[in-house]
Formats: sequence, C-alpha cells, structure tokens
Amino acid sequence: MIDQMNALASQIKPATAVSVPVVEAKGLGLTFETNDGPVHALSNVNLTINKGDFVSFIGPSGCGKTTFLRTIADLEQPTAGTLSVNSMTPRQAREARAYGYVFQAAALLPWRTIERNVALPLEVMGFSRTDVAERIHRTLELVNLTGFEKKYPWQLSGGMQQRASIARALAFDADLLLMDEPFGALDEIVRDHLNSQLLELWARTSKTICFVTHSIPEAVYLSTKIVVMSPRPGRVTDVIESTLPKERPLDIRETPEFLAIAARVRDGLRAGHSYED
Amino acid sequence: MTRVYHNWQALAVLVLVASSALSLPLMSGLPSGGSTAIIMISLIAGALAAMATQLSLPRLAVLAVAPHLAAWLLLAQAGQAPGQATASFWVLLAASWLLAWRLASSLSAIKARTRGVDLALRLIIPTLFGVWILLLWEAIVIGAGIPFVLLPPPSAVAARFANSLPVLAADVNQTIFKSVLIGYVLGCSTGFLAAIVADRFVFIRRGLLPVGNMVSALPIIGIAPIMVMWFGFDWHSKAAVVVVMTFFPMLVNTGAGLAADGHMERDLMRTYASGYWQTLAKLRLPAAMPFIFNALKINSTLALIGAIVAEFFGTPVVGMGFRISTEVGRMNVDMVWAEIAVAALAGSVFYGVIALAERAITFWHPSVRGG
Repeated sequence: MIDQMNALASQIKPATAVSVPVVEAKGLGLTFETNDGPVHALSNVNLTINKGDFVSFIGPSGCGKTTFLRTIADLEQPTAGTLSVNSMTPRQAREARAYGYVFQAAALLPWRTIERNVALPLEVMGFSRTDVAERIHRTLELVNLTGFEKKYPWQLSGGMQQRASIARALAFDADLLLMDEPFGALDEIVRDHLNSQLLELWARTSKTICFVTHSIPEAVYLSTKIVVMSPRPGRVTDVIESTLPKERPLDIRETPEFLAIAARVRDGLRAGHSYED
Repeated sequence: MTRVYHNWQALAVLVLVASSALSLPLMSGLPSGGSTAIIMISLIAGALAAMATQLSLPRLAVLAVAPHLAAWLLLAQAGQAPGQATASFWVLLAASWLLAWRLASSLSAIKARTRGVDLALRLIIPTLFGVWILLLWEAIVIGAGIPFVLLPPPSAVAARFANSLPVLAADVNQTIFKSVLIGYVLGCSTGFLAAIVADRFVFIRRGLLPVGNMVSALPIIGIAPIMVMWFGFDWHSKAAVVVVMTFFPMLVNTGAGLAADGHMERDLMRTYASGYWQTLAKLRLPAAMPFIFNALKINSTLALIGAIVAEFFGTPVVGMGFRISTEVGRMNVDMVWAEIAVAALAGSVFYGVIALAERAITFWHPSVRGG
C-alpha cells in the first residue's frame, strides 16, 4: 500500500518540480491599532509556498506566525502589501473553500457526535447526503477514528478530539491545510504519534500544509520548508529548505542531518531574540 | 454482652415519655385510656429500636411504625377535644417527631445497592418530610385550637379540595390552560424572535436592549389594570400580562446566549464561508440553549404569578386568582388553601416538564452530563 503511495508520489514529482505557488506574500504587513498604540504583528513578509510543500512557521510568541496563518485564511486583513491564495485574494479563496483550518483546540461542537462534527462543513457547503456519509467514513479512517463515529467529543481523549478536528478539516478535500499549533496542548508521546500520522497523511493526500508550532523538533521533523520568525515587529528571519528525505521514521530525529537543521533553526530563533537585548 | 449505642434522639424520647406521665391526661377533660398507653408504649418501643449504630431491617420497621402510630393516636385524641391540649400532648408530639427525625436520618444513611432501592429511598425520604409537615400542622392547629380563619387544618383543606373538584377544574382551565399557557408561549416566542432580530440588526440591539432592561425593572403587575382596560375581563388581558412579564427575560437571556459561543467556533464557521443563518442554526442557537432554558424556567414561575395576580383586577367569575380573592373575602380560607395547593402542583408540573426537556436537549452541557 505504502509502496503504491510512493509510486504515486513520484508520479506527482514533475508537477511539484514546476513549483505552482499556492500562497504568495509580497511585502505583507499587518498593524493592529490598540489603546497602547500600534502593534506591528507582521512587517514586510515575503514568502512563496508551493503546491505540495509542508511549511512550518516557528518563532516565539508574538512573532506573528499565527497572525500570518489567519491572514492566509482571511480571518485577519493585511494593512500593507499583497497576499494571494491559489492566485485569488484570501477572501475569494475563503469563499471558494480553498483551505481547511485546524485550530489550537479541537473546537468540536459538544452537541454533535464525532461523525456529525465531521459532517458540519459538508452540511454548510451543501454536499449530498450519500456523499456526506462516504466522506465521513473516508476521513475518519484517514485519522484512525473508525469506530468512534457515534461518540460525543467529550467522551474522547484530547488527542482523539484533535484527530477528529483534522478529519473535519480534511472532509471537504481542500488542497491547502492550515494548522495552528494543533498539537500544542497534547503530551509528548501523543504528539509524536500524531506527527508521524500527519506525515503519512500528507504523503497520501499530497496536500499543501502550513503548520504553526513553537517546537523545533516538531518543525524539523515535519517540514520541507521551515520559516523562522521573530517578534516586534513580526517578521521572517530565515527560510530553511529541509534536506531530509520524504520518508521519515521517528528515529530520524537522532541523525546528524536532522540535528544540523535543528541547530540552524535554533540559531535563527536566537538571532531574532538577540535583536531585543 | 453487646455495647448499647446511645442515640440522643432515642434517649430524649425516653426522657420525654417519662416526663409526660407527670401531667396526664393529654387533653384536659378527657380521661386517659388505652389509647394514651399505646402511644407511650409505641414511643418507648421506637426509642429502643433506634438504639443501634446500624439499624437492621426489623429495627427500621419498628422505627417506621412507632412514631406514625403515636402521631395518629395523638391526632385522634386532639380531634375529640380541640384546643384542650396539655403539656403531655406537646411532649409526646415532640417525642414522635424526634423518632421520625431518627428514621429519616437512618434512611438517608443507607447506601442503595440497586436502582430500585435508590429510587424508593429518593421517594420515601421527601414524602416523610412532607407528611410530617402536614402532621405537625394538623396537630398544632387542632391541639392549640387555632381559629379556622387564621389557619385551617390540612384535613379540612383536603376535604374541601375533594368536594370542589369541578370548581377547581374550571379555575385551572381558565387560569392555567388559557392565561398562563397562551401568554407563556406568546411571550417566550416573541422574546426569542426579538432577540434574533436584535442580534441581526445592530441599531435594534443598541436601541431595544437598554429599553428592555428598563421595562423589565417596572413592576409589571401594575400594568394589569391597564391590560384589563385594553383586552377586556376575560383571559385575554391576563395572557397579555403574562406576555409582558415573560418577554423580557427571554429577550435578555437569548441575547446573552447568542453571545456565548467561542471565538474559535465562530472563526471555524467563517473558514467554511458559512452565512449568517447557517451559523445561527448550526452553532449559535445550540450554544445558546442552556440560556434559553434558563429563561423558560424563570418564565414558568413568572407566568403563574402574573396570571393569578392579574385576576385580582377584574375577571369573569372563574379563575384561580378570582377564587382566591373572593373566597378570602367570604372567610372560606380552606378554599383559598385548596387553590394554593393546585397552584403549587401546577407550577411544579410546569417547571418539571421544562426541566426534563432541558436535560434531553442540553445533554452535552457540563452541568447536565456532570464533568
């Protein structure tokens, strides 16, 4: 099965080699007006995310990584520069249902069972009844939650809830997946497990993933591209193309190659910080 | 030899029974007979049964029978000579009550192992409380000879209740099924719709909610005479009072409920490009349900109060409020108490039905699922 997937992935290769940009930011800036004066959440961000990329955004709190993700999702509006998603404005992309968004918490509706939660976007978007049933089945299988369809969110563990929220974001087959520290509240072991599941899912679906995190190992383990950000004003300080192979067992985290990339990310974060002191 | 457990209620009962022997008879002018002896013996038996840490089933059975037999015989003696109770009567009544207290506390201490026993205990203990309130009420009113107009004994109220069923049914039909229910449904539904309109249009929210808060602070009962002038003497004017009373609690609570959903959930619906009505139906209204049920429960009691009191200001010759105001004028206080009992019963059923619906619909809320 996995061999077939790899074969598929290698067939897709030529397409990724052409580098179709999914997200393009040019001179992007966002300033919040607060009572204590303007806060520069983002300043002069230039970044291109190509189709099939797994991009991590890493940086200390207040560096604008979540704000950038929310700007892509049209949940915040930029105050400077341009941003295009699938060659559209973020608003058009949102209205075209171009992305699935996974929040820091699972944000499942407690009065709906797991399967009805996964069905929520499908109901909003007007999918047919048979299509909805088929998609619930497929996406719950993808996140290993088969058998929990009739459970309520509060009957599941935190890790299972977050997996259900990923299934919900996958259900309507958007090519772009935006994930805002989805595993931040989970313990290390559950997190490792979900990370490798996420990689497997990415390989199987060839989606473009934007992933916000504050964990260096998580960013290096998952990404093809790591965007290092620093605060005040929120800006991009380094973009690291990962040299790790696509196939990544968990123990790849002990290889020298992995540690070298992690060291570069750490240096980038430190450089951003020394600016302050 | 087993160690005797000295329960304080049981000891007090023994002391009280002994002291009551000093001032016999129970009713002045009524000779002490076998009945008085049975009262004393059963109280002593109950006290002896209560002398243990863990009451076995036979001990519990004795404890269950003794105080009630004693109280029944006491009431029978009091009925023969109302208002003639001596100190002994009150002392023995207190002793019976202490044994009933001991019975209730030992029943409460039982840890039910099966659902049936648990349910039985949950019914028996409050019933025991209710029965003893009525028993003490009856014994005090008859024993002390309290005038009927001040406080009729529960037995008289029950007799009046049983003899006036058609009148009570007509009053319930007029007040509960017409004024209360129609006014409640209209008031709650218009309050709910107004909350949604206020949520949809900012200018209405800005204008209506402050006015709403002011109006809900008015003594609504004061508008009852005006409603009678506008809508006539029949139930329509009472339903109008109920509408005004229930409208604003529903408006304010639904408004608070519509603001109760999380930012994350609202952002989630936005990422689906969900429209206003879709977000309302799928996210905000379900999230508001605990608040809406809160208003429904508050309104169920407000509606009953409003309808009954509004009938004091003019009504056809039927209705619970009308009956209370006229019968109290004719010194028929037993009828007044019968109406009060009906109102309490109707109010409890009304509230209970809404509380059951709440448990079924907001099953997901931490306050219902318990965790």
